[in-house]
Order: sequence, then C-alpha cells, then structure tokens
Amino acid sequence: MQYAILCYHDESAVGALSKEEDDALMAELAVVRQQLEHKLGPVARLMPTTAATTVRAGAEPLVIDGPFAETKEQLLGFYVVDCATLEEAIDAARVLLAPRVAAGLMSALEVRPISVFHPGRGGT
Amino acid sequence: VSDLAWVDAALTSARPQAIGALLRYFRDLDRAEEAFQEACLRALRHWPRNGPPRDPAAWLILVGRNAALDEVRRRTGEEPLPAEELISDLDDAETALAERLDNSHYRDDVLRLLFICCHPDLPATQQIALALRIVSGLSVKEIARAFLVSESAMEQRITRAKRRIAVADVPYETPGAVERAERLAAVAAMIYLLFNEGYSASGGEAHIRVPLCEEAIRLARLLLTLFPGEPEIMGLAALLLLQHARTPARLDAEGDIVLLDDQDRGSWDRAMIAEGLVLVEKALRHRRPGTYQVQAAIAAVHARATRPEHTDWAEIERLYAALETLQPSPVITLNRAVAVAKVRGPAAALAMIEPLAERLSGYFHFFGVKGALLRELGRPEEARAAFDRAIALANTAAEAAHIRLHLDRLVKDGEAPRLP
Repeated sequence: MQYAILCYHDESAVGALSKEEDDALMAELAVVRQQLEHKLGPVARLMPTTAATTVRAGAEPLVIDGPFAETKEQLLGFYVVDCATLEEAIDAARVLLAPRVAAGLMSALEVRPISVFHPGRGGT
Repeated sequence: VSDLAWVDAALTSARPQAIGALLRYFRDLDRAEEAFQEACLRALRHWPRNGPPRDPAAWLILVGRNAALDEVRRRTGEEPLPAEELISDLDDAETALAERLDNSHYRDDVLRLLFICCHPDLPATQQIALALRIVSGLSVKEIARAFLVSESAMEQRITRAKRRIAVADVPYETPGAVERAERLAAVAAMIYLLFNEGYSASGGEAHIRVPLCEEAIRLARLLLTLFPGEPEIMGLAALLLLQHARTPARLDAEGDIVLLDDQDRGSWDRAMIAEGLVLVEKALRHRRPGTYQVQAAIAAVHARATRPEHTDWAEIERLYAALETLQPSPVITLNRAVAVAKVRGPAAALAMIEPLAERLSGYFHFFGVKGALLRELGRPEEARAAFDRAIALANTAAEAAHIRLHLDRLVKDGEAPRLP
C-alpha cells in the first residue's frame, strides 16, 4: 500500500528558522530519507502559502491569492511511501518527524493511504 | 536544541497576534507587553507539562488578559480569576475566543501593532527598533548588536520611541478601506527601510547585516499572510527575497563589495529566487503596478540571468522608466542611467546623469557611477576626481574599498597601451 505523509507546520515558525537552522534541518532530513530509501517515493517541499494561488469553482472559475484554507498549521510538504502495513507507515512518519521536533517545530505528519497514484513523466 | 525549542518557536510565532489583541484590549503598549510577558512565563510552566494548546495565540491572549485583570483585582481586594491550569483544560473557553479572533480582527490587530511602530512622529531608526522589539520580539541586546550601538543606547532609543507613542493618537477603531490602505503603505515602507538597513548598512564596519534582512522578510511574509491579495505587498516580499538571495555573493572573502556583474551567480539562493519570481508573477496578474512591484520586476530580470551578459538591460531600462513615472527621483534616474549605459553606451548615460549633479552632490553612488562612465569614455582625470569624491562620501569601509579598486583599474588603464 502507498501512503502519503502530509507535513503540517506553523509556517511562521518554519519562517523563523535562520538560514543555518533551515540548512541543518534539511541536512538531517536528507539523512533520514536515506534510511527510508527503499520505501520512499516522490518527496516535495512546498513554498509558503503566500506563494499559493487558489482556483475555485464558480460560474467562472475564481482565481484567488493565497491558500485554499486559512488554518493554524499549513501543508508545507509531502512524502509518498510504500509500506506493507499502516504500522510501518506510522513508523516512517515517526522517523520523518524526529528532525523537525529537534529543530523546534511542532509539526504534525498526517499518514493518508493513497487510492490512485500516477508517477507521471513531467516535473522531474 | 533543547526540548523547549518548540515552546520558544510557538511563542515567537504567536507574538504579533497576541500582543496585537492585548493592545486592542488594554489600549496601552506597556500593559499589553507586560500581559504578554506574563502569559509567556505561564506558558513556559504549563505547555511542557500539558503539551501545546490547540491555539497558542488564543491561549496567550486569554491568559495574558486574565493575569492583567487579576493584578487589578488583587489591588482592589477582589477574588482572583480561575488559575490558568483550569483555563487550559477549558477547551471551550479557548475555542470561543479563537472564534472571536476571526481573521479580520486578527488582521487589523497585527496591522495596528505594526502601524504604531511607524508613527510619523518617530524617526526611521526608532520605527525600526520599535518594530524589532515589539513585533519581532528581539531582545534589546540583539537589536543593539544589529545596529552596532551599545545596549544602553538602544534601550534609550526604544524607551524614547515608546514614550512618544504613549502620548500620540493611536487609532483603535476598526479602520475603513482607505485608512487600512494607508496603514499598509506605512508598514510596507518601514519593512523596506528595515531591509535596507540590513542590506546596505548605513554606517560602521559591517556592510550587510543578515539578521535585519531576515527579520524584514519575516515581517513582509506576515503582512502578506494578512493581506494575500495585495499586489504591492507581494511586490515588497518578492523584492526583499530576490535581493537577499544575492547576499552570499555580494561580499568577497575580505568583506569587499562584489558588483553584480562579478558575482558568483551559483551562490545565489535559488529557493529564495524561485519564491520571489512566483510572487512577482502573482503580483503582475493584478495589473495594478506599484513601486515595489516594479523594483521586484527589475530584481527578477537580474535573477533570471544565469550569466551577466544574459541580462535583459533593455527590459531593465523600461522598468526604471516606469519607476521614474511612478516615483520621480534623481536616484532612480541614476539607476536608469546605468541600464542606459549598457543599452546605448556611456555617453548617453553620462548625458542623462549630468543634470542630477546638484541634487546628488552628497550621494556616494552618483560619483561611483559617474567615475565608471568617465573611465569607459577614456577620461581618466575626470574619472579620478569622481572616484575621489565617492571615497569621501563612502558610508562603509566596503564602499570605500570598492572605489579604491576602481582607482587601481584606472592606474592600470594608464599603464596599458591605449587601443585605437
């Protein structure tokens, strides 16, 4: 089964990391990704929600600046992992969470089973 | 990193919203700050034990307000309000408050807090210091270090600024559309100043002060979160990101200025550039041009050029012409002349800046540009005079050193046989 691990953070806390702290976190996450290499699919870090544009259905589709939902935590990235069990996916999420906690982020990682997955050929 | 890093991060992140709301409640900056401090102390006691509250800002506002009210009650001998152990269990109270802090309220609270720091009675340096202290929550020591002044001098500067604000008119009612736009413009200008203070330090040894730039970017992002559809705020955030992306390449190992043409573009921060370019694109869709957007568009042209010779100078000249129309200023004309020199040659550029001589007679960059154009035109004596004037006007050691480099080149020009 494939699972998406969706990364929710308070983006102002992420934005408050200095360049050095952010680089250190990215380096830690790279190490952790290596540990999960055999089960890890696509990985993405998203820009802050200020860079987002939302296209919403309407008589004419509306193009709105900003994210779809105003939330206290923002979706700032995701992983796709291939795991035999939910337990294994949760363990992967634990591994991915640790460096974030160490960097002082109160992140939440949502483990969500994937029903359809097309790896696609663009965007590489 | 301690286990409590997350508490610190949560407090910093909730700070503008919490102090903004407490200020609306108490209508007094000192009381709002004290109430927030007290709430932070209690958060440090309770959060590590009980885990983070669902909405840290709402928790801090509620606890800060109650702590301040308790203080009043204690003085008048009344019963205190329930302790915050109880409050943090009362999810209902927190939720109700969080709901009342709907986005529009929260927006105006934070905007007001920022706006107070830009009070027109305050000189720019006090505005910036106050915003760093109150909104960003930097310590006086950190701010003093960033401005390269002593801690006591900075303490004094901030106290003086607060005293002025205490007697000034602070608008607490919810602003109308026009007022909101005015406040937004004032706050944007303050953030821009803060960035420039870090980007091109106005005095002293350090030519770039990264923490000030980072803080300005943080505040610009905060403002954009509050007003996600404002193209000028997108432009401001984009401008700061695109400029700051070049920081690693702007000074060499000796701390000397490296000009755009000579910078190692590989060391530009690509993630920051990407975000800046997205924001420029987003802003331009609105077709409501403004000065920050045009400046960001200029920075974007530079950022897109992977090599200096790929720079679209004609586009840059057009953008500076647009900027001149929006905001006529001799400094902008000077910058446009640099683009003109690239497109139409140094003679055209020199003709363009000569009328500015009187108005820019005290401006370092004017003489730097003039010297460079004269050198290109093969007029070394006049070039030398311009460079000497620039050195006399240099604000930092790096600026002076950079001009000396030009003078060295002049000497080398003189030694080399002139080509026909």
